[in-house]
Amino acid sequence: MSANTHPHLLVHDKADNVGVVVVEGLSAGTDMLCVCTEDNSDFRLTAKADIPIGHKVALKALQAGDTVIKYGEDIGKMVGPAEVGGHVHTHNLKTKRW
Amino acid sequence: MAFDFTQETLKAWRRENGRVGVRNHVLILPVDDISNAACEAVANNVKGTLAIPHAYGRLQFGEDLDLHFRTIIGTGANPNVAAVVVIGIEPEWTKTVVDGIARTGKPVEGFWIEQNGDFETIRRASWKAKEYVHWATELQKEDVPLTDLWVSTKCGESDTTTGLSSCPTVGNMYDKLLPHGLYGCFGETSEITGAEHICEKRAATPEVGEKFMKTFQAYQNEVIEPFKTSDLSDSQPTKGNILGGLTTIEEKALGNLEKIGRTSTYIDVLEPAEAPAKGPGLYYMDTSSAAAECVTLMAAAGYVIHTFPTGQGNVVGNPIVPVIKISGNPRTLRTMAEHIDVDVTGVLRRDMTIDQAGDALIEMIKRTAQGRVTAAEALGHREFSMTKLYRSA
Repeated sequence: MSANTHPHLLVHDKADNVGVVVVEGLSAGTDMLCVCTEDNSDFRLTAKADIPIGHKVALKALQAGDTVIKYGEDIGKMVGPAEVGGHVHTHNLKTKRW
Repeated sequence: MAFDFTQETLKAWRRENGRVGVRNHVLILPVDDISNAACEAVANNVKGTLAIPHAYGRLQFGEDLDLHFRTIIGTGANPNVAAVVVIGIEPEWTKTVVDGIARTGKPVEGFWIEQNGDFETIRRASWKAKEYVHWATELQKEDVPLTDLWVSTKCGESDTTTGLSSCPTVGNMYDKLLPHGLYGCFGETSEITGAEHICEKRAATPEVGEKFMKTFQAYQNEVIEPFKTSDLSDSQPTKGNILGGLTTIEEKALGNLEKIGRTSTYIDVLEPAEAPAKGPGLYYMDTSSAAAECVTLMAAAGYVIHTFPTGQGNVVGNPIVPVIKISGNPRTLRTMAEHIDVDVTGVLRRDMTIDQAGDALIEMIKRTAQGRVTAAEALGHREFSMTKLYRSA
């Protein structure tokens, strides 16, 4: 792959509703190349915020109470909203465990 | 890919009990905290020895004392250690440690400080340490199969990149080597929370899965329930995990479990620092998720190489076991590359497959076993952290 085909965002599983930023310095408005590692399929998504490397991005609109799916599994519940392409982290996602 | 791992050999030390060691330490081992000074003095007198001071060993009792002895004896018994000088404050517990290590057949001798003082103890122990160094440095390496190694794993300062790249790299290595006779080990009981249902299913038999769930539930009941805060006071995930983008324990646990690959199953559940006894294969060990504590316990169980995926850049090492760091986070490779042995950033760029990353790790395990100094060794990381179960008497 050449540099311009390196993905901005990776998604583990087709069932996931979040992906992970894998480049440094991602800024709001970036037209992201997103790759699902399960089958190497790709899609595009516009980042709605400056999101640091390693942090999660909503692949669909999420509301408080929604379950967040990553690795095809439950990783916690939303406690605030996130728009498509928005940042998902400790400000709007909490564990269901402790 | 036609790389036949069963035919891979390397040069390492075959110990008296048949186990393979990849380092050749002469250890100066304190039984207790107050013998640290004497051990460090001996190590200063005799070059080529290594003292491993620690914080405990007095007034412990019951299960906690058993774990202390298991850790100290297991460390001395590890095949990366050629010979051991043991120093304690008094003769009885010193003898317990010496006898435990002697079962491996390796040279070991104990010294105690009461009725000798530090000076006389150091003098005698230094003579023995010097004798051991001369002996150990003439031991020859032999050709041994790669799969005779015992390789443990634990990740640290994880982030979302570890679940995508460095943890599945370790998993790929295990999927390739375990079927050929490797001993593997993973653990981190608190960090399975949220993925315990998946971990239970990865047991080789329903009985082993049940044993895992019992261990997991005991930890929840005895440690988490009495002491928990809403988020373990931001301890699990750690502050570093959160900076790296991990939000919840469930997310962290799912990434963590990537270390056991796609096909590997574990054949037993071990107590902390317990040596595996059911033959080659993967073992689960009940450990803390704190890096130095976990690596110390796995080293005491007899593992000779540790594979350590990191995202944000955990810098841990161990005095007797080389810790191989694997990272796929490009920021970590940019800002702290001196700590990383295997760069798998290509996985995130999609120009390196997990299969290729697994091969790169196997190659690094082989090089490390043959003497390549790891980043942690070069930087002097020798964290020896004993796990303590409860307050001393």
